[in-house]
Amino acid sequence: MTPAALLDALFPAGHSVRAAGPVLAGTARTAAGDVAVIGTHGAAEVGAEVAHRLAGELLTVLRSHPGRPIVLLVDTRGQRMSRRDELLGLAGYLGHLAATVGLARRRGHRLVAVIFGEASSGGVLPLGFMADEIHAVEGARPWVMALPAMARVTKLPLERLEALSRGSAVLAPGLESFLRLGGVDETWAPPLAPRLEAALSRPAGPDRRAEAGRERGGRPLAAEVAGRVVGGGGG
Amino acid sequence: MRPAALDRRSWREATARRRVAALLDPGSFAEWLPPAARVTSPHLAALDLPVAFDDGAVVGEGLLDRRRVFVAAQEGAFMGGAVGEVHGAKLTGLLRRAARERPAGILLLLDSGGVRLQEANAGLIAVSEVLRAVLEARAVGVPVIGLIGGAWGCFGGMGIVAACCDGLAMSEEGRLGVSGPDVLETVKGVEELDAADRALVWRTYGGKHRWLLGDADRLVADDVAAFRVAALELLAAPRPLELEALEAEHRTLSERLETFGGAADAREVWAALGVRDLDLVARCEPDELVRAEGARRRTR
Amino acid sequence: MERLQFELECEEEAAAPAGPPVVVGVVGSGNLEVLVERGAPVGRCRVVVATSARGFADTWRAVLEDFAARRRPSGLVLSVNDAGATPAVVTLRLDQAIEEYRGGRR
Repeated sequence: MTPAALLDALFPAGHSVRAAGPVLAGTARTAAGDVAVIGTHGAAEVGAEVAHRLAGELLTVLRSHPGRPIVLLVDTRGQRMSRRDELLGLAGYLGHLAATVGLARRRGHRLVAVIFGEASSGGVLPLGFMADEIHAVEGARPWVMALPAMARVTKLPLERLEALSRGSAVLAPGLESFLRLGGVDETWAPPLAPRLEAALSRPAGPDRRAEAGRERGGRPLAAEVAGRVVGGGGG
Repeated sequence: MRPAALDRRSWREATARRRVAALLDPGSFAEWLPPAARVTSPHLAALDLPVAFDDGAVVGEGLLDRRRVFVAAQEGAFMGGAVGEVHGAKLTGLLRRAARERPAGILLLLDSGGVRLQEANAGLIAVSEVLRAVLEARAVGVPVIGLIGGAWGCFGGMGIVAACCDGLAMSEEGRLGVSGPDVLETVKGVEELDAADRALVWRTYGGKHRWLLGDADRLVADDVAAFRVAALELLAAPRPLELEALEAEHRTLSERLETFGGAADAREVWAALGVRDLDLVARCEPDELVRAEGARRRTR
Repeated sequence: MERLQFELECEEEAAAPAGPPVVVGVVGSGNLEVLVERGAPVGRCRVVVATSARGFADTWRAVLEDFAARRRPSGLVLSVNDAGATPAVVTLRLDQAIEEYRGGRR
């Protein structure tokens, strides 16, 4: 889905979201009032500059529009992979971005993420995956690593990985898997605007992805293990 | 008195469990979901791979200088300390419990390549849950301190987690990044980064460089006692998760891009910082570097 | 992975102190972890092994019987996750495990 088509579908009442390079930012009108829109497009690689600009857009919203809901638009193939970004401390830039989203939550900003392209690794962790609700439009592609690369790294034969991944939400890339694991809440089909309005109208709650992953049969242990540690965790 | 070096107990060489025992007040550690609970990875078992009784994560509570702290330690020797479903859920549970019980702090003994690829999607979501839980613990005022000095460093999503801590202590041997040297070389080629060039890897990711740039708040020797001192100091100096503080951090990171954004190598960064003897950085002991260049390094 | 189970006979340890469970070693390449707990009848030691190296049941039996004769782990259950350790490393870890369980090393 192109950013323009997505924005028109999400915000039929109008928006002023503009792309500057890989970064999307602006304001949109919804039935519940104005919302801030921040994200990336074009399967963006999130390097130090992009992460810094995203954090800057968020800080501007926090400073100028306390409490305004924030819609995070996700299309990223992951962190920018370069020696130069690592030298500059990419972890620090991505960590700053994540902390800024965390601060937005603490200050009462509603956070809804919409994955409309790719969603991977260091690109999605500090922004889209930090939201209260994480949704995806049809055709979105969350993933960690392509199976051939995974075969190289894990030293498991590719044919075996392919066979295993057919029945495994843990290994198979794609939206179906992330839904089952609880990493994505819902798939949205058109019309998108009512889905977004509904998401924005729900109150923020605790992180329930592990419980969703258990209910949907993708992650059998995460919720139970975290719960046992919280509750005492003896023997 | 014997020279201090003889009394050193190496952080890098110790297992996760030994690090915890040596860091805390003697005998004070109580583990949650210990090995005897046998909470192991179903996904590794499905791949017919060895499991560990603690899934490579040691979590629990203890005393640090008589104050109650929560501790999580990653075992780098098991699957490179990488985060799978169970491993991540233990960390997340610890952080959530801290947000509820408000100990004096949380110590994260990080030693991890990031997402455990054998549990790819579940690992990524697990790291995401850890990241969110770190920020929620900080949001209620429980300081989270990261300690990096293991053989696996701290990479991938765990590198982002480390950067979200209130304070970070690293040894010279510790490394912090997102895409690690092997990943960079595999994906981008040996021209981008030669992972076998140890000196290059260490001055790109290593503790001294991270400390000079301000990503790490303390640079310590590879010594359990030095990490303990740093943890105590950092617990006493939390970074508030407030708008003004993040705006200040934003300016610091902005200045870093302007000043060092064109640098191709750590030595150019150090020269721009005003470090006088570039060769000394690699050669000297951490405490010498702290004395010589502590005034010139960046802080956050 | 291959799963093996052994029931070893051993003399009762004279001063057999009961301690909390202990784990030593790490499941890394060429290494193993050993978890020691109470739970076997007096005069017996049960050992449960999960190993990535198939076809070494006889070697495990020999190493474990030698261990049982030397250390008399009466009443104990040993659980092992092995990532291809040599018999020498296995012996070393078993000895460490029993010493730590009995409080001989800290």
